[in-house]
Amino acid sequence: MSKTYKIEVDCANCANLVEEAARKVAGVKDLSIAFMTQKMKVTFEDGVDQDAVMENVLKTAKKIESDFQIL
Amino acid sequence: MLTRIVIALVMTVALQFIPAHGWLQLALYLMTYLIIGYDIVLKACRGILNGRMFDENFLMTVATVGAFALAIYEKSGDYLEAIAVMLFYQVGEFFQSYAVGKSRRNIAALMDIRPDYANIEKDGKIIKVDPDDVEVGQTIIVQPGEKIPIDGVVVSGDSSLNTSALTGESLPREVREGDEVISGSVNMSGLLKIRTTKEFGDSTVSKILELVEDSASRKSKSENFIARFARIYTPAVCYGALALAVIPPLFMILFAGSPFDFSTFETWVYRALVFLVISCPCALVVSIPLSFFAGIGGASREGILVKGANILETLSKVKTVVFDKTGTLTEGVFEVNAFHDPEDHNLNEGKSRMLEYAAIAESSSSHPIAKSLQRAYGKNIDRGRMSELHEVGGQGVIAVIDGKQIAVGNEKLMRSISVEPCHCQTAATIVHVAIDGKYAGHIVLGDVVKPGSADAIKDLHRSGVTHTVMLTGDSKGVAEQTASRLGIDRVYSQLLPADKVSRLEEILESVNSDGKVAFVGDGINDAPVLSRADIGIAMGAMGSDAAIEAADVVLMDDDPVKIGKAIRISRKCLSIVWENIIMALGIKGICLILGVFGIVNMWLAIFADVGVMILAVLNAIRAMYVRKI
Repeated sequence: MSKTYKIEVDCANCANLVEEAARKVAGVKDLSIAFMTQKMKVTFEDGVDQDAVMENVLKTAKKIESDFQIL
Repeated sequence: MLTRIVIALVMTVALQFIPAHGWLQLALYLMTYLIIGYDIVLKACRGILNGRMFDENFLMTVATVGAFALAIYEKSGDYLEAIAVMLFYQVGEFFQSYAVGKSRRNIAALMDIRPDYANIEKDGKIIKVDPDDVEVGQTIIVQPGEKIPIDGVVVSGDSSLNTSALTGESLPREVREGDEVISGSVNMSGLLKIRTTKEFGDSTVSKILELVEDSASRKSKSENFIARFARIYTPAVCYGALALAVIPPLFMILFAGSPFDFSTFETWVYRALVFLVISCPCALVVSIPLSFFAGIGGASREGILVKGANILETLSKVKTVVFDKTGTLTEGVFEVNAFHDPEDHNLNEGKSRMLEYAAIAESSSSHPIAKSLQRAYGKNIDRGRMSELHEVGGQGVIAVIDGKQIAVGNEKLMRSISVEPCHCQTAATIVHVAIDGKYAGHIVLGDVVKPGSADAIKDLHRSGVTHTVMLTGDSKGVAEQTASRLGIDRVYSQLLPADKVSRLEEILESVNSDGKVAFVGDGINDAPVLSRADIGIAMGAMGSDAAIEAADVVLMDDDPVKIGKAIRISRKCLSIVWENIIMALGIKGICLILGVFGIVNMWLAIFADVGVMILAVLNAIRAMYVRKI
């Protein structure tokens, strides 16, 4: 199950760093951030609570780049 | 942001004329500094609290705070440098986000073919609705100047359509009642009523948008390389700077007898700060995805859809291009040229009966040959007359029609039912027909070579493709004739669909060190080959979902000249990427080395950071301009 989110991140390197960290969040199978299209594609592990996972993803992302936003 | 930059700039200039000294001067400068850089300092602090040091914010904060500290220590009152570094860094960041944002929007606009609404008629009035709400089979109205939102069939009206956003083809396409139309094309002249055949989500335009939007998340090797590089590079530079600030002065104290106080450290600390300013990895990190994105955007404008940056990268390394013949190099539209009897003479009697049986037997197949037989037959096909149908992959069909066993196919099929076919003298596609196990004769079909094919092959050779190969299920004669006319190096003929995959695997193995292999097909019955090749290119695939799924590159129209163009676009894009990598690393490397020896001051360091980034971004945007490539 994968979903695409619109995001806001304003530096390319931050996007890379967020991507790397958010991949390690529990429940995330794969995650890819496209800085150019400002989109984040998240593939979830089977049977996880997606909202809860996304909350953690956002928290992790904010730690690295406080301007990071999921729209 | 812009206001902060302006205020800080004005204040900095004003400070040069205000005769403030001592603490007052420091306070004024600090105020300016905080106005321009408070967010950077905050982020740096937060980074340290979160256990993540060594990002750009950290670099900039340390460099500027360090410069302040030095100035205070020296009592020189020269705080200008610290302010300037922060100011230029912010100007650079601002320019970067402006330029990147702008080009992102530009490129996105190139690819934006999304229709916003659909018109439907309700109670005699035309109302606008969300295309998502239109059901299959509903009639929509498209006025001149509007985009067709959903795939469908024209029920009334005639007009010309501009498909350039989809195919890059500038000639308008004429449509009339009964014609299929594709979403994303623009209605130019007349009012059209269209019965939708798909939902919006399944329409061509949605499929394309999905593909293009996804393309940015498939990252190239160079992108991943730089991301990894940046992760090691920033901490490495920080430690390097620390070493630079400490080791040489210690060395001098121990061996050169310099006094152990700050004056020994002073120059080295300054050099270390210069080092930090140069080291920002932004130029690299932003310019690479931007180049790829611009390349993909420019290509899509030309009707070439590339599914990802990784694919653009592989495409640039293609040295061998393998073609499917039918529908790729040839029109895939066969014409029935002649009927021959078992003695290979022109058949006069009974040819209509032969065609009739062949057309009925092939009536359920979508193969181009089957279609052309049906077309040549011209009458309505009564499939009720057929009671059994057995398809033999790559050979033909065996059916029972009117109680007679009819075999329609190639020589192999004939031999498999122990019928000896007559070998036709004409180099063309031959369909043999046997009735009740007796050879009845054969139908001679000719396929028309596309007008652009020969040029396309020449063009490929010019663009640095070393091998061209053609795969076909056709007979040897036809295959070789076509290949020599087009200038193709190697031909494999009489292949079953499954053979094509194994042939391609052979080719892949034989060239493994020498570049990548692309396969070009029409995407209808060669999906396995498309996905097996390093790069699968599907052409003329506007309607076919299977092709869009299986291929890496989709050519919206079926002009083979686009293949060479796609390769050239990818080469241009990749050379820009490497130019940027080399330029950024080169300039920074040189400045870092010069910085160690104290030749580079803070001002040059700022250029090495911000200037290089601006150059890299401008260079990256070049990848978008591929019209005349």
